[in-house]
Formats: sequence, C-alpha cells, structure tokens
Amino acid sequence: MVRTMPKGKKTALKAMRKPAAFGPDLNLAGFRRKARPWPACPISALPKEVTQKALEAGVKADEKGRAGMYFQVDYSVVLQTIRKTFEGKVDVMSTPEALEKYGWVKDYWWKIVDVSTDKYTALAELKWDKGVFIRVRKGQKVTLPLQACFFISKDGLNQNVHNLIVAEPHSEVQLITGCTTHRGVQSGLHVGVSEFYVGEGAKLTFTMVHNWAPNFDARPRAAALLEKDATFVSNYVCLRPVKSLQMYPVAYCRGANSRVSFNTILYGAKNSYLDVGSKVVLQGKGSRGEVIARAIASDNAQINARGLLVGEHEDSRAHLECRGLLLSDEAAIHAIPELLGKVEGTELSHEAAVGKIAEEQIQYLMARGFSESEAESLIIRGFMDVGIFGLPDALRDEIKRMIETTVVRAL
Amino acid sequence: MAILTIKDLTVKIAGKRVLNGVNLEVPEGETHVLLGPNGSGKTSLIMSILGFPSCRIISGKIKFNGTDITTMPIDKRTKLGIGVAFQNPPPIRGVKMGDVLRHLAKGEVDEIKLAGTTNIPVDFFNRDLNLGFSGGELKRSEVLQVLAQRPSFAIFDEPDSGVDVENLEVIGKAINEFLKGRSGLLITHLGHILRYVKADVAHVMFYGTVACSGEPTRILNQIMKQGYKWCERCPKVRRLR
Ligand SMILES: Nc1ncnc2c1ncn2[C@@H]1O[C@H](COP(=O)(O)OP(=O)(O)O)[C@@H](O)[C@H]1O
Ligand SMILES: [Mg+2]
Repeated sequence: MVRTMPKGKKTALKAMRKPAAFGPDLNLAGFRRKARPWPACPISALPKEVTQKALEAGVKADEKGRAGMYFQVDYSVVLQTIRKTFEGKVDVMSTPEALEKYGWVKDYWWKIVDVSTDKYTALAELKWDKGVFIRVRKGQKVTLPLQACFFISKDGLNQNVHNLIVAEPHSEVQLITGCTTHRGVQSGLHVGVSEFYVGEGAKLTFTMVHNWAPNFDARPRAAALLEKDATFVSNYVCLRPVKSLQMYPVAYCRGANSRVSFNTILYGAKNSYLDVGSKVVLQGKGSRGEVIARAIASDNAQINARGLLVGEHEDSRAHLECRGLLLSDEAAIHAIPELLGKVEGTELSHEAAVGKIAEEQIQYLMARGFSESEAESLIIRGFMDVGIFGLPDALRDEIKRMIETTVVRAL
Repeated sequence: MAILTIKDLTVKIAGKRVLNGVNLEVPEGETHVLLGPNGSGKTSLIMSILGFPSCRIISGKIKFNGTDITTMPIDKRTKLGIGVAFQNPPPIRGVKMGDVLRHLAKGEVDEIKLAGTTNIPVDFFNRDLNLGFSGGELKRSEVLQVLAQRPSFAIFDEPDSGVDVENLEVIGKAINEFLKGRSGLLITHLGHILRYVKADVAHVMFYGTVACSGEPTRILNQIMKQGYKWCERCPKVRRLR
C-alpha cells in the first residue's frame, strides 16, 4: 500500500532547502529539536526568571488588565485563559486544539502564508510546535488586550509556531505578543508563522515585541487579509540584540476601505543583523496603507529596513516613512523602500532618511542648557517618538518604557 | 563692569575667516545693537560667543563676567548666564517644545504664561521643536525659550527678520520687557525691532569686524536713509576691504 502524504507536507518537503529571499541562510541542522515538556500551571506558578523576561517583552504576569492569555514555553502550552466576562466572546487556545475543535479553521490554515515560501515556512509545517489561536466573535469588542507569550527556555532550541488570528466582522481586539528567551539562552531559532484575518468592519491591533539573545535567530512569517472596512494595526518592536532577524510581513487590503498601518521600531546593537520590512497590497476600492519605521543602529549592527507598497486598485493610497539613525561609524542602515503601482490612479509615496545625529541639533540643545549627553538622549527619545503611531495609551507608555530602559540607558 | 568683553577675536568657519579682530564690550545692564549687512559676520560672532565647535578661534579672547570663556563648552557658557534666540534654529523631530521649555523654566517661572506673552498657543508645547513652524512662529518660539531660560545676558539674532507687523510688536515688547534690568545684544539687519526695544549703543559690523560704534538712533537713521552704502563710504570701512 502506498501511503500518500498530505499536499502541504509534500510542498513543504520540497521547500526545505529553499533559502529565504532575504537575510543570512541558516543551517537548520544546527539547532536542537528536543525539550522537556513544561506542565500546565497558573502564571503565578511560573519561575520568576520566566515571568520577568516575559514582562520585559510586554507580557504581564498578573492577569489584571488583560482579557486573556496564552503562554507557550518551548513546545508546551503552559497556560491558556480567558477572563470570565469574555467567555463565549473570544476563543484563546493552541492552534492544534483549534484545528481539532473547529472544522472551519483549516480553511484559514496556510491560506495567506505560502508553505513553500522558504525553508522556514516549510519547517513550520514539518516540525510544527503549536502556536496561538484567537478568534473574536462577530461584533464583540474586547475592551482589554489579549496577550500571548512565546518563551524559549533551552539553549540552541528551534521553536516553530503557527498562529491564527481571526477577528470576525465588526469585532475589535488588541493582541500583545511577546517573544523572548530564558537568560541562559544564547542561541536558537524561532520561526513564527502568523495568519491574520480581519473581517468586515473589524479592528485588530497587533503588537509584537521581540527580546531575543545576541546569538539567536528569528524568522517570523506573517500575512494579514483585510475585508471591507477592516482595520489592521501592526506594531513591531525589537530593541535587544539578536544574531539575525528577518521578516517581511504583508497585508492584503482586499476589502473596500480597508486600512492597514505597520509601525516598526528597531534598535540594533552589538552585532545584530536585522532585515525587517512591511508590505502593503492595496486591492480594494478606497483601501489605505501606512508604513512607519524607525531604526537605530549602534556598535556593529546592520539594519535593512524594507518597505513595499503595491497599488492594484485605482482608488487606493499608501505612504511609507522610514527613518534611520546611526550611532556608530561601524553600524549601517540600508533603507529600501519600493513602490509598485499596477494601475493608474493609485497613490503611492515614500520618504526615507538615514543619518547620524546632526551636530547642530546637539549644539542647539546645549545652548538651551542641556549637557551633551542629555541632548543626545533627548534627540534619540524624540527619534523613537511613538506618539505618532496612534497607539492606545497604556501600550504607548509601555513601549516608551522599553525604549527608555534599553535604548536610552544604553547610551 | 563689562558683562561681555571680546578682544581681537579672529575666527574661521570651514576654513574661511569670518571674524577678523573683533573688539566689543557690553557693560552690565546695557543693551547693545549689532547692525551690519548680510554676511558681515553677526551670526558667526554669536556662535563664537556661544562656543559652537564649528567656529575655530584663531586668536583673541572672550570674557563673560570676568571669566575667560574662550574655550568653554556650550552648555557651561549657558549655565553662566548666556542665552540666545537663534536666527535659524534647526528642526528637531520628536523633541517636544514643551519639554525644552519646562527644562528651561525649572518650575521657577510659568512657561504657559510666558507663552501667552509671546503669542505662542499652548498646543505648541506638544509640537516637535521648530518642525514646520512658520517664520513668525520660529522667532516667537526662540524668544519664548530665552524668556523661560532667564539668562543674565540675552542675545537675539535678527528676531525681526521676515516678521510681519503684528509679530514684530509682540516680539519687540516681549524682548524690551525682558531686558529691563538685564544685559543684552540685539542683532538686527534693518533695525525694525528698535521701534520697541530701547538700546544703549549700536555697533556696525563689516567684513567680519566691528567697524564703528555709537548712538543707536543716529547710526540707524543714517543706515535707514542711505542703506549700508553710507557705511561703505566711511574711511574706516574702506580700510577694512
Ligand atoms: N558653515 C559655514 N561654512 C562656510 N561659510 C560660512 C559658514 N557659516 C558662515 N559662513 C560665512 O561667514 C560669513 C558671515 O556669515 P554670518 O555670520 O552668517 O553673517 P550675518 O549673520 O552677518 O549675515 C558669510 O560669508 C558666510 O557665508
Ligand atoms: Mg545672521
């Protein structure tokens, strides 16, 4: 008897040797695939060194102020909870569980991220280590953020998660995801496939914070599909050193008047290699996109800040703004904005600027009584001004605090 | 005693000699006016007084309240009591005007009230410093910052250039009020601001040096009537050429 393999697996196998379009090619055999299981437990029972690192990535250890939470350590789901008031309105569970529980979930699985994209998507199919499923039911406004944490506890480990987020029509939700490692972890590989479906009139705000280790590699692969009048806000924050990080999430604004904004804050320190971009594909009438990126490179860091706006509808508009700040002579920032207009009438624009802190700005502030280092911090804090992102207050303050403790303090 | 004394100051910027043996003395409690055609070195002199590193001092001395400040860093000079309203302040993205004002005011003066006297709306406090400010707003914001800083010696570099009549009056009155009981140096190209600000002595700069000094109204009237051509005919200026 010939056993047939599912189609996805076959495609994945073929893609296993396919390097990614960008970023250094990784030897997958160099990572470990064995970790001890972690028992389920309340968050309060997790070791302090786990919750502390999670907190630094924006994940709160008490459930106050959060509508629900998902916590995965290595390959184990440690916790998945939903606050009583939101029961029946929101689902939070692991993706394998969701695929089992709801027949329709497979219709969203590997639909907007192609499994054969590269060896990392292939890996996520062939060596799949769960992930979070969130579904907000029709018309439900989840007034508190949901949070998810992906934690790596073991040095050299490879973790491949596949997340699925479905915001049903006219729902509203905020999701905060923190990805981080135990402080003993030096190296490892995290692959995160995420598919976001934002239904008609729904609003999804997704914030992802990455706090990796100096010898760690990360390859997120994400896509979002927006229906009519849908809004998707994606915020990405990476302020800690990482060996290599490469991602280029895409949002398809398929529905009329759909809106996407990508906000990215990068701080590359030490020998970090960051290749991060955002793609917007404008397909619906009246669809709008906005991409804002701020990148700081210090020490020997190398940052490629990409952006691609594709206009496929004559009534569509998008803008990309990328600013890079160099804090050392050895660091480099390469801003690569691209515009692809496929029809007449689409309005695509970009502005990009990369440079060092202007001496005249420092001197001007010194003439206002700031010391040289105060002036520098003020300018860097200003450069990382998240006020322009239009975030909810609590989240804005949290990101500000992260910038304060990592970037400004590092000066 | 003189609050500011400049002796034989020669300065190069980007390899070019922009100041050529400047001598200037401002006694405590006086306001002096610095006139001169475009490019004569007025702004370069201010930047040298402040200690901008681009101004390379070739020779000469700058003394403030008896202290030699010739090689002092900018922020130290500021702390001694020098404040400047710049002619062309740089925009600084993300740095909020309100934060700078509060830093200058140190809680000792009410920056909101001061904003009122310079006609700066309070919502400007949340704006990025000098970013997208109109010409008049830039000038008013510079004056406001000096008012909040309260230096014992205030320098205003062309606060009247490119400013409409209403703004001129606001700025002029604010500066005049502020300078009462203080010392200052007021740079003006055409002297408009002197309608509102009382000055004790005027100096005219030419070719990077102070060519003549005298009674403000007399000098200004001549310049108003005949332009800087009047000065060019002056033997002192001709010798400088
Ligand atoms: N950064 C610079 N590089 C080269 N030349 C400069 C620079 N700054 C000023 N200068 C020159 O110095 C001279 C004096 O300029 P400035 O002090 O600004 O004159 P003013 O303020 O009287 O109009 C001008 O010839 C100007 O071009
Ligand atoms: Mg000038």
